[in-house]
Amino acid sequence: MLTRDPTTSRPLLHTSYRSDMALFDTRTKRNAVVLIVLFGLSLPLLLPDPDLRLLSTASVFAIGAIGLGLLTGSAGQISLGHAFFLGVGCYAAAVISGDPDGRAIGFGITEILIWLPAAGLVAAAVGVLIAPLATRLRGLYLAIVTLGLVFVGEHLFEQWRVVTGGARAGRPAPEPVLFGYPLHVDGLFTRQQQLFWLMFVLLVIFALLARNLSRSAVGRAFNAVRDRDIAAGVIGVNLVKYKTIAFAISSFYAGCAGALLYVIIGHVNPTEFNLLLSVLFIAMVLVGGVGTISGAIAGAFFITLLGRFTEQVGPMLPLISARSHETPNVFQMQNVLYALLIIGFLLFEPRGLFGIWFRIRNWWKAFPFSY
Amino acid sequence: MTRAESDILRFSDVKLSFSGVKAIDGISFTVGRSELFAIIGPNGAGKTSIFNVLSGVYRPDAGEVSFDGQALLGKRPHQIAHLGIARTFQNVELFANLTVLENVMLGRHHHMRYGPLSAFFWLGRARREEITARARVEEIIDFLELEQWRRFPVGLLPYGVQKRVELGRALAMEPKLLLLDEPVGGMNVEETEDMARYILDIREDLDIPIILVEHDMGLVMDLADRVLVVDFGRPVATGVPSEIQNHPDVIRAYLGEVQST
Repeated sequence: MLTRDPTTSRPLLHTSYRSDMALFDTRTKRNAVVLIVLFGLSLPLLLPDPDLRLLSTASVFAIGAIGLGLLTGSAGQISLGHAFFLGVGCYAAAVISGDPDGRAIGFGITEILIWLPAAGLVAAAVGVLIAPLATRLRGLYLAIVTLGLVFVGEHLFEQWRVVTGGARAGRPAPEPVLFGYPLHVDGLFTRQQQLFWLMFVLLVIFALLARNLSRSAVGRAFNAVRDRDIAAGVIGVNLVKYKTIAFAISSFYAGCAGALLYVIIGHVNPTEFNLLLSVLFIAMVLVGGVGTISGAIAGAFFITLLGRFTEQVGPMLPLISARSHETPNVFQMQNVLYALLIIGFLLFEPRGLFGIWFRIRNWWKAFPFSY
Repeated sequence: MTRAESDILRFSDVKLSFSGVKAIDGISFTVGRSELFAIIGPNGAGKTSIFNVLSGVYRPDAGEVSFDGQALLGKRPHQIAHLGIARTFQNVELFANLTVLENVMLGRHHHMRYGPLSAFFWLGRARREEITARARVEEIIDFLELEQWRRFPVGLLPYGVQKRVELGRALAMEPKLLLLDEPVGGMNVEETEDMARYILDIREDLDIPIILVEHDMGLVMDLADRVLVVDFGRPVATGVPSEIQNHPDVIRAYLGEVQST
């Protein structure tokens, strides 16, 4: 008689559609995610503040990269305008939470549960306004139009001093206060510890939501639009509607990321939302693995940590200077490295870090018949 | 029942041209509610153009098309899909990066009612609808014997299997009319016989009217109730297969003019 639950010893055996379609369809996957999340949550107790600050930044970049991954990776709409939506979200949040008596306008509502969703929604609304362009253009043409968006945005942010504080001065970033508890000043824990917890928890939430979306009918419709738009229409996918939804959701993620990113720095300058930031997000999505959520997260962490790595290692190399006014310097080296990474991954590993992981996993799965 | 009520599709005097080239030049036909209607003709005769008009990819210059009492012209492809027309393509148009399962699930897209908000949380309605859809999709996978390919990205599958997946995606839509564009094009004898069996099963078990565009004359003559022959966008003849086979105009269209000596 069978006393053991057969699904324990055979993780791929599913006895209902529900378990087959579950978010984590094997026990190993679920345990691994739980372990990673627990490890992440314990990091503030293990690492010094500067490292936490870096990881907080990486978490926020990951939220933005997930957004671009949904638009470019899942729905196939190439966008160079991601930085613009980050800016929109950032200033929406800054205005809502800003000091009413400050130099730039502000409403003084510092509760993060209000300004964060609001930042996302404002960015999403702008995304919906931009979406009609996307429904008429595709591929490179869309990339060029969204490229224009970045320049328009940059100009707008620099000139609209009431909101942004202008090019030189900038304005204070939004202040994260959770249920009356200010996370951005040292309290029970240091500022960096609290901010890391905030950013990491938000990343986990945003990642799970995105994962759900991409395995739903909406996510499949995105993929259908990407792979064959004519066939997608013929089987009943409303192309205009789903491109618009993709833009709205991607902009929502970008807006939230923009609002959070400068919380860590404490100050935001309108020149930040430039083409380089957009390209950085493209690099994250490409390096991580197009069309996957875990890939976008891995890419964001990889690129962010790589930045720090080059800043530390770069000056030790001959000829490379750590000062930005000398040439060649580490910052130039970083940009060259990003470019090389994009080209290298496109040529040799189009599925990105996710693809590498996938191959290693399959190799072990088939071991010792790994050929 | 009058003739008009028994027809699911009326295609009347449709004209379509691309900068002077007449792709469809005044073609009319009707399809009955449980009929297998075949359209044949030499390459470039306008068969696929007829399908593209029916599924809303092309907009004709003149004429009328009504499906189940509703005018089709001017409707967008996804609206026509919602009305109940499903089609396959001559050159397989699957979503190459998605698995067989996901491709067939996409066929059920217009049966899904939940939106992105529900999808984010995967609770209640979203989960229920997904599981119901999955159960229906598994029936189709079973029907077309695709079980072993379920988790493969379709881009990696052999051509014959891809054709079957495309048929599965169309069936998942639960259409009221099925358009098959060369379902056995490029297939070997065995695969052709399999496909013919599936088409017969669709008629028998699901009772869906079918319009079939095909070059395989054996298949057309065996399966079709009526055949329309087109050439250079113009109708040549319509009739039951036995009439068509010996129709002098049809022979002329395919083989050319008989030289009188």
